[in-house]
Amino acid sequence: MADAAVSLVQAGPQRIEDSPGASSTGRKDAIFHGLCFSAAMVLMATLAGLLISLAVGGWPAISHFGLQFFTSSEWNPSGTPDHPEFYGAAGPIVGTLITALVAMLFALPLAIGIAVFLVEFCPKSIEHWVAIAVELLAGIPSIVYGMWGLFVLAPWFEEHVMTPLRLVAMDHPGGFADHLMTGASSGSNIFTASIILAIMVLPFIATVFRELLLSVPTHVREASYGMGCTPFEVVANIMLPYIRKSAVGAAMLGLGRALGETMAVTFIIGNSHAFPKGVFDSGSTIASTIANEFAEATGDLHTSALIALGFVLFVITFSVLAAARLLLGQETQ
Amino acid sequence: MATTETLTAKNLAAGQLPGSAVDRYARRKLINYIFVGLTSIATAVAITALVMILYSLVAKGFSGLNLTVFTVDTPAGGEDLGSGGLRNAIVGSLMICAMGMLLAVSIGIMAGTWLAEYGDGNKLATIVRFLNDVLLSAPSILIGLFAYELFVVPFHGGSAIAGAIALAIVTTPVVTRTTEDILRLQSSQLREAGVALGAGKGLVIRSIIWRASRTGLVTGGLLGFARMSGETAPLLFTTAGNQFFSMNVTQPIASLPYTIANFALSADDNWRRLAWVASLLIAAAVLSANIIGRHLARGSQNK
Amino acid sequence: MSFNESQATQAAGVSTVMVAPPAAERVLDVRGLDFYYGKKQSLYGVDLPVARNKITALIGPSGCGKSTLLRTLNRIYDLYPGQRAEGQILFNGENILNAKDKPVDGAPVATSSRIGGDAAKLRARIGMVFQRPTPFPMSIYENIAFGVRLYRKVTKAEMDEIVEVSLTRAALWDEVKDQLDKSGLGLSGGQQQRLCVARGIAVQPEILLLDEPASALDPLSTSKLEAALMELKDSLTIVIVTHNLQQAARICDYTGFMLLGRLVEFRPSSDAFVKPETEAMRDYVTGRYG
Repeated sequence: MADAAVSLVQAGPQRIEDSPGASSTGRKDAIFHGLCFSAAMVLMATLAGLLISLAVGGWPAISHFGLQFFTSSEWNPSGTPDHPEFYGAAGPIVGTLITALVAMLFALPLAIGIAVFLVEFCPKSIEHWVAIAVELLAGIPSIVYGMWGLFVLAPWFEEHVMTPLRLVAMDHPGGFADHLMTGASSGSNIFTASIILAIMVLPFIATVFRELLLSVPTHVREASYGMGCTPFEVVANIMLPYIRKSAVGAAMLGLGRALGETMAVTFIIGNSHAFPKGVFDSGSTIASTIANEFAEATGDLHTSALIALGFVLFVITFSVLAAARLLLGQETQ
Repeated sequence: MATTETLTAKNLAAGQLPGSAVDRYARRKLINYIFVGLTSIATAVAITALVMILYSLVAKGFSGLNLTVFTVDTPAGGEDLGSGGLRNAIVGSLMICAMGMLLAVSIGIMAGTWLAEYGDGNKLATIVRFLNDVLLSAPSILIGLFAYELFVVPFHGGSAIAGAIALAIVTTPVVTRTTEDILRLQSSQLREAGVALGAGKGLVIRSIIWRASRTGLVTGGLLGFARMSGETAPLLFTTAGNQFFSMNVTQPIASLPYTIANFALSADDNWRRLAWVASLLIAAAVLSANIIGRHLARGSQNK
Repeated sequence: MSFNESQATQAAGVSTVMVAPPAAERVLDVRGLDFYYGKKQSLYGVDLPVARNKITALIGPSGCGKSTLLRTLNRIYDLYPGQRAEGQILFNGENILNAKDKPVDGAPVATSSRIGGDAAKLRARIGMVFQRPTPFPMSIYENIAFGVRLYRKVTKAEMDEIVEVSLTRAALWDEVKDQLDKSGLGLSGGQQQRLCVARGIAVQPEILLLDEPASALDPLSTSKLEAALMELKDSLTIVIVTHNLQQAARICDYTGFMLLGRLVEFRPSSDAFVKPETEAMRDYVTGRYG
């Protein structure tokens, strides 16, 4: 054994000099580094390309209609000589904002509730299962939510909510129910679309909130419990203020998702381009309009108008998501 | 706030609190119970929604499921209830996803590796990371538009490849993000140990760090697949749909999500049946990929 | 672990109390080394002579710079942008800090015996073992073969021999000879650490650097590791950072005491522990500052 060791030691350094592999290893590493770098640049280029292609494709419509593209709610693809085609996107833009905001109204308190429950109150034995349920809810594809909304939620809503309200509204004209039912159409409307959106973004916001709550240092929590605070007081007075800034980011992350959600909304919002008259009116969002019309767009101007809508959506979501990421820092997803 | 009673040495010694403090304690406790109740209700709402959706899927999906779903192509409208299947859509979805995953995983893992291993102290990496996070949540319909402009317009028609690229753009940020997170979990000493032997940085990454992160990388891929296989919006304009069976990647192709989008909104009962079956198949694929992925992730964390 | 101001000024003002090995015996000679983490300086004009085929210990309180010093010796700090060393580290007479020879990915290997700017070549000759065991995620056999393959092409039989010799010299062979195909991650902490030593010596370095290698080990594993190091002294030079003063006294030929980024005292271990010359080292060795 000792002999072998000696022979190996003597063989050592010289063999290293002669190593044929060393320089080729260096070259391989350089190529590898280059490949990794290129992959990252492909990502950058994709986002840049996305922005440019939307801007270029949408420019004809925006330049043709000017400010009216954003302020008018007339959306008329079928032009006739005395009534030429016209595209005003106010309807879908407002529809996008309303559905997303109403959805957040439902989702935010629920998401905070779920996150707090999981972190503070959930019995250890079911915590795992609740967490899985939340993850599954996040995993269900948009189009499946759309199917459920279209075939289950909308009919139910029409039968059990809108029909009674309609009766009340008829008995009390000018009352609260009457206002609520202004412009009401079928169960496929802005409100039910918002509910679907709320269910969809709920798990995302809840997950981020949970991570944020878990990021509160243990000693801060323990110190407040040590003073005799109830769990509610610890959460409300210590933990939520502690994560305040990131919490706003988490909410905006959810908003960003809600703004751009496509298939589920397309299935259930009713797809009318008019300016919505009430929350139970049918409407449209930017994404649903594109999804519905792009494949059958009648002419260049129609196509361009739809891409211009896409550009507007990009600008809105990019700003919201960018703000969300900045508020969240780079740590949490 | 004004309490008439004060804490005296006497009642403190007896371990008692003044009467108003007891009231206050009862009120605090009550508020806390209400709070616990509200958070429990919030959780119950989410779970109820999940159960209801899964119930509808299973009830409506299973009732329409039969063997022909897998052996026959999508039917024309107006055929008898129960006729026709989804064979072309299933094969199309598998093809698009396989191509898309190939792209997304290779680019995503490389990009994530660059961010985690070469990106420290690099301004450009901070920008890339930020933009990747934005792209991660960008509306997928816009990615569909982009892929349409780039890969459909020049070739005068949709194709399986265009759809795969669109899906890859949706998924790559997911894989990039998970890859970076996973690689950062590896201790710097493991990297140093490789370098201290004289191995180049790239070799250390490829043969030590990647290997140590295997489970995590597979998880990232599965989560990416879960995201990808349910995506519909990017396919609407890029694959152009196909009523017939095709395995030609340069031609229009059918897919499950596209079929759902087409069939669900029709008045044809047979089409609606198949839309539910397709939803069930997609949801099953996505959810199992999710569960397996999360399970792997947990398993590797426990080690 | 706090040092009062007078001791800080003492460390700053007084030059190293040094009883150095003869110049001819030095395989490594550090001269006037400054080290910076970004703008923060953490080593100040350190001189450290390392004698060939001896064990040199670096001791001192946490944060004194002993690990930093060790990490400059094979330029592992190169991995981190913003960390830099100034001064001289002479390895067989060649300054390995020579700035203009900074390694570049893909740089060609110098044909002479000089290290040149090739950090990989340097690290082949100055190996390192870390505080926590760092087995690679592969089999025990592959853990050792990995480093060897970086430098030479060997037959299966030669590799078998290298693996056996390395594991034997690291006092691990008897414990693992029947499970060479098992993952290195499955070994106990002490075995993992000896596996890392075996992996390091399989490349046949001239110097092995150990950064608190026993801090995560139980006493039995520690003594096995120490025995292995004593054996290794015949064929290579060892520099070890340790918190364990008994360990330093037991196995080391020379001991350097560091404080606040400076080398305060450097002497043969036999003297250093019996009658430390500086007040700071005396306080440290007698346990006044832990």
